[in-house]
Amino acid sequence: MRRTYRFYAQLGFTLLVCSFLILPVIMSVMAGVTENFFKGISSGVTLRWVVEVWDLYADTIFLSLVIAIACLACTIVLGIPAAYVLSKRQGRVARMIEELLTLPLAIPGLAIALALIITYGGFRDFRSSWVFILVGHVLYTLPFMMRSVLAVLSTADFRSLEEGAASVGAGFWRRFFDIVIPNCRAGIVAGALMVVTLSVGEFNITWMMHTPATKTLPVGLADSYASMRLEIGSAYTVVFLIMIIPLLVALQLYGQPKKKQAENFDDLEHLESRTAKSAHMRSKS
Amino acid sequence: MPQGTSIRLEGCAKTFEDGTRALEPMTLEIEGGETVVFLGPSGCGKTTTLRIIAGLENPDDGGRVFFDQEDVTDLPIEHRNVGMVFQSYALFPNMNVEENIAYGLKIRKLPRSEISTRVNEMLDMMHIHELRLRTIDQLSGGQRQRVALARAIAVQPKVLLLDEPLTALDALLRERLRVDIDELLRGLEITAIYVTHDQAEAMSLGDRIVVMNRGRVAQVGDPRAIYFEPEDAFVADFIGTMNHINGIVREGYFETEGGRIALRSAPEGASEIFFRPENATIVEVSKAMLAGRVSAAFFLGDRTRLIVEGVGQEKLTIEADGRAKYSEGDQIGIDIDPESVLTL
Repeated sequence: MRRTYRFYAQLGFTLLVCSFLILPVIMSVMAGVTENFFKGISSGVTLRWVVEVWDLYADTIFLSLVIAIACLACTIVLGIPAAYVLSKRQGRVARMIEELLTLPLAIPGLAIALALIITYGGFRDFRSSWVFILVGHVLYTLPFMMRSVLAVLSTADFRSLEEGAASVGAGFWRRFFDIVIPNCRAGIVAGALMVVTLSVGEFNITWMMHTPATKTLPVGLADSYASMRLEIGSAYTVVFLIMIIPLLVALQLYGQPKKKQAENFDDLEHLESRTAKSAHMRSKS
Repeated sequence: MPQGTSIRLEGCAKTFEDGTRALEPMTLEIEGGETVVFLGPSGCGKTTTLRIIAGLENPDDGGRVFFDQEDVTDLPIEHRNVGMVFQSYALFPNMNVEENIAYGLKIRKLPRSEISTRVNEMLDMMHIHELRLRTIDQLSGGQRQRVALARAIAVQPKVLLLDEPLTALDALLRERLRVDIDELLRGLEITAIYVTHDQAEAMSLGDRIVVMNRGRVAQVGDPRAIYFEPEDAFVADFIGTMNHINGIVREGYFETEGGRIALRSAPEGASEIFFRPENATIVEVSKAMLAGRVSAAFFLGDRTRLIVEGVGQEKLTIEADGRAKYSEGDQIGIDIDPESVLTL
């Protein structure tokens, strides 16, 4: 196939947009490993700043991981059953709740945080522990888990699957764990990666809710940008990217809706009916 | 082996939450080991009845379901020990063929060796041994339904319930699997209930057929009785092709525009008679009981199907020998075997 002028124009445009988006990331990474940003990369490459970030902010990194994992646990325990119940209900209320699940995207994180502080700020111990931030994260990420699981639940005929399992003797809990959960796995994995990614990177809610003792990675990042050398802030970005990129890659790999493997299904059916036909003819003659 | 479980429905009705009445109170007795087919158009209540027997729906208050002498009305499906085959197969995508069949046995906590013996028996019985390790999405529709049958039978259910198992398959596969299911049901001597809207399936599989219409039982009987002695116009029309002629009965004859027929028993006042295409023969117009005009002729190979007008108000469907040639507008004479004329 001869590539036309138009093909190259489109390719060029795409590359231009990509580089516009990626360039700042590259610049930031470079700044994080440069001896002196103002002198440029010629001043030498060093991991000094990364080490310094580790010394100063290791606790924020751990806290972020702890919150992300706890958040994942909460969204799994709360989100999967909630999605399951919603998918079973046909009524208007259920559809309304489903619509409401898009709300966290529309409400600024600051507003969610403020609401939580107004409501629970009086409980001192709770207010000053990381669990308080966890609540904010769960509130924010739960809909993503639910929507992801709901999407899978609505594609397959789970009612029939459950009835099939019940007919051979499976009670509710066996059906739930043997049939529903395993067949939702794609949605759960996609939702889980989404939840962890969002939680690790969450800034708005966390920034409002954090105390000096409960800083997460993005809050520490803001802190370092505000009060440290530019190189340290950039090195911090490097650390953040190292954590988040594997998650994003995994999200791309597993988060895609699973392609139906039954593409050649028609062929199979066709083949079978043909063999049936020839068998039929043979038996006739 | 016990002689199969009998089933009794007593006054089972079903009204759905939105107020639709899916099933009028129904009482029905099914003998142990019998194959009963529920036949009817969609929305006639046949699937609802099956689901009540399965335990997937509760009958309205007052309805009871018995397996032998045991009242199972309040038992959920997982405790009724039924085998069920669904139109949509309902096989578990997270398990392979073998695991699907073994699932019910695992729930019953049978020893591993026994499970594997039983699974192998099932695979052989359904001729799907080579599919043992396939996942469900690697199977065609016909293969899926065989696996579903194997899964249902593996748990040695008291009753086998089949909900339009062949509807999703193409015609040729349907015929082949129908023969296999027939063999299977005879071999197992299990009580089976088969729901379908396909009269050919019903006639070939059922020891008895329950014809249903609008939530009511229209007729219960063996396939011959349903075909030859339909009790009302709905059954007559739903099973096979049925011709209607309007007219009046006078002095033992049924008179209509196209002529008259001597009736064996002629209820005075009857205004309509019924007969099937195969009970009419084509004869010379001058000697015929009835005369009509061919409005369309379809050559089917072994026979020719004629649409005839001018005999009564409705067009008739008559079958002629395949060799005789007819074209539109031909005048033909029709004799009807008086023995086979129905007045409903």
